[in-house]
Amino acid sequence: MFSPEIETAKREEIRALQLERLKKIVAYAYERVPMYRQKFDAIGLKPEHIRTLDDVRHIPFTTKDDLREHYPFGMFAVPMKKIIRLHASSGTTGKPVVNGYTRKDLDDWSTCIARILTMAGATDEDIFHVAFGYGLFTGGFGLHYGIEKLGATVVPVSSGNTERQIMLLKDFGATALIATPSYAMYLAETAKKMGVLNDLKIRLVCMGAEASTAEMHEALHQLLGAFPTENYGLTEVGGPGVAGECREKAGMHINEDMFYAEIVNIEQNRVLPEGEKGEMVITTLTKEGMPVLRYRTKDITSLTYAPCKCGRTTARMSRVVGRTDDMLIIRGVNVFPSQIESVLMAMPELGKMYEIVVDRKNYMDILEVHVEVGDANLLTDYSKLEALVEKIRHNLRVVLQLDVKVKLVEPFSIRRAEGKVKRVTDLRK
Amino acid sequence: MLVKQLSVFMENRPGRLYKLTHALGKEGIDFVTLSIADTKDFGIVRFIARDNERAYTILKNEGFTVGITELIGVEVADRPNALAEVVQLMEESSINIEYLYSFVLTNHNTAKILMRVNETERALRLLEEKGIKLLSEKIL
Repeated sequence: MFSPEIETAKREEIRALQLERLKKIVAYAYERVPMYRQKFDAIGLKPEHIRTLDDVRHIPFTTKDDLREHYPFGMFAVPMKKIIRLHASSGTTGKPVVNGYTRKDLDDWSTCIARILTMAGATDEDIFHVAFGYGLFTGGFGLHYGIEKLGATVVPVSSGNTERQIMLLKDFGATALIATPSYAMYLAETAKKMGVLNDLKIRLVCMGAEASTAEMHEALHQLLGAFPTENYGLTEVGGPGVAGECREKAGMHINEDMFYAEIVNIEQNRVLPEGEKGEMVITTLTKEGMPVLRYRTKDITSLTYAPCKCGRTTARMSRVVGRTDDMLIIRGVNVFPSQIESVLMAMPELGKMYEIVVDRKNYMDILEVHVEVGDANLLTDYSKLEALVEKIRHNLRVVLQLDVKVKLVEPFSIRRAEGKVKRVTDLRK
Repeated sequence: MLVKQLSVFMENRPGRLYKLTHALGKEGIDFVTLSIADTKDFGIVRFIARDNERAYTILKNEGFTVGITELIGVEVADRPNALAEVVQLMEESSINIEYLYSFVLTNHNTAKILMRVNETERALRLLEEKGIKLLSEKIL
């Protein structure tokens, strides 16, 4: 264990630490972040009203829209001078969610990651091949510094060029792989195709950024002979490192000294008891740069507080079973149908009907957009239609940062629904 | 003198060509020419109907994306190298032929060539200068 004093603490000790930190972070956010002051004042809530952990339910939720509204730095609680790193997630209309980190935040973050890698079975002797994108995405750098903190070796490969990645995996003798589940699977399949699967030394695969299923873990285990684990996090509360699976694979252990997690029934505005499924709501307990109180993750999961066979006593969240909104996660990238719509609707050559089909082939997510051709002037040359497809692909890539398969279809071939239109077909489910 | 051709967007999946041809057939409209190239996901069906204007209206009403394109039509003797001579003429003047198709009517001893080029006006002048017989829709 990386932090045994926290990871094996008694429940009441964990709760006492959480309460102490919760009180502190609430007062801190109230004093320094205007949005929180306004939200509290609007309902007459004062930081000193938070006396027990259960009192957290009085605090208004923070939503993604709140964060977007205060883009880029309106949620920060410290002057820019104190922020030493920025990260961002993709956003619906080009406005991403930004997070800012103080030196201490980065240190805490690395600690969270080091714990998660340790519980997955890693040691300072491992060589980690990081195939997460390095950049604004929290995944690459987040894992990177956690691996360094653990004392293992980092190979910061980043994403892309699969065959080269396989060459490096083989030549550098990486023992652990950091990737999205779909990319891990794709790497394994490609290595098999290249006939080098048996030359790889990967024993651990730590996956994040998109949800995975038990079936996929099993398939990866069969193919690579490695032990796959999943971890959880989101840019809004700092990135990966919120929770991760141990060797028991009986849920993801939450770093409870840094995050307070609740499961909430949003419609009823009710905190749900242990074991019940609902939306996970997270409060950061130690963040200096951007404290977030009761962030609605939209992820559906449940919690258990029972001690784990691995010896840890921290709460565990089950794998995320779905999302409360329509956001799609494609190869680890957040995609909103509204983003696609905004691109298509801005192109006069196209009809107004479109559909989005998501599928998974060879364990890679595929996003396909079907759109009706509206402009008869394009029919003079086939090349104009090809150019149109290319233009749509380009425009979508600019907004989504993803390669999308575009299919032109005949007018009226997309089904018209009475009432609410079903634009998205997700065949992965 | 140009020949009007209809162009219809079509997805490459079963039943689509039938839908198009039947839409015109049941209205008693004859095809004079019809050309489809093999493509992957979608293509353009190009044709000339006996009554292009009616065909256009019918297809529009049926919900097809249909456009009108003007082509150069020439008539050459039905003998070897006749097509090559026309192509050569375009080539020498650096006119690019975007697509071309030809057909022979049964009771004629001439072949008809329909083509779309990047510089229509110049191509027409050249053909006229060479005395190559140009087609209009009526001759079809």
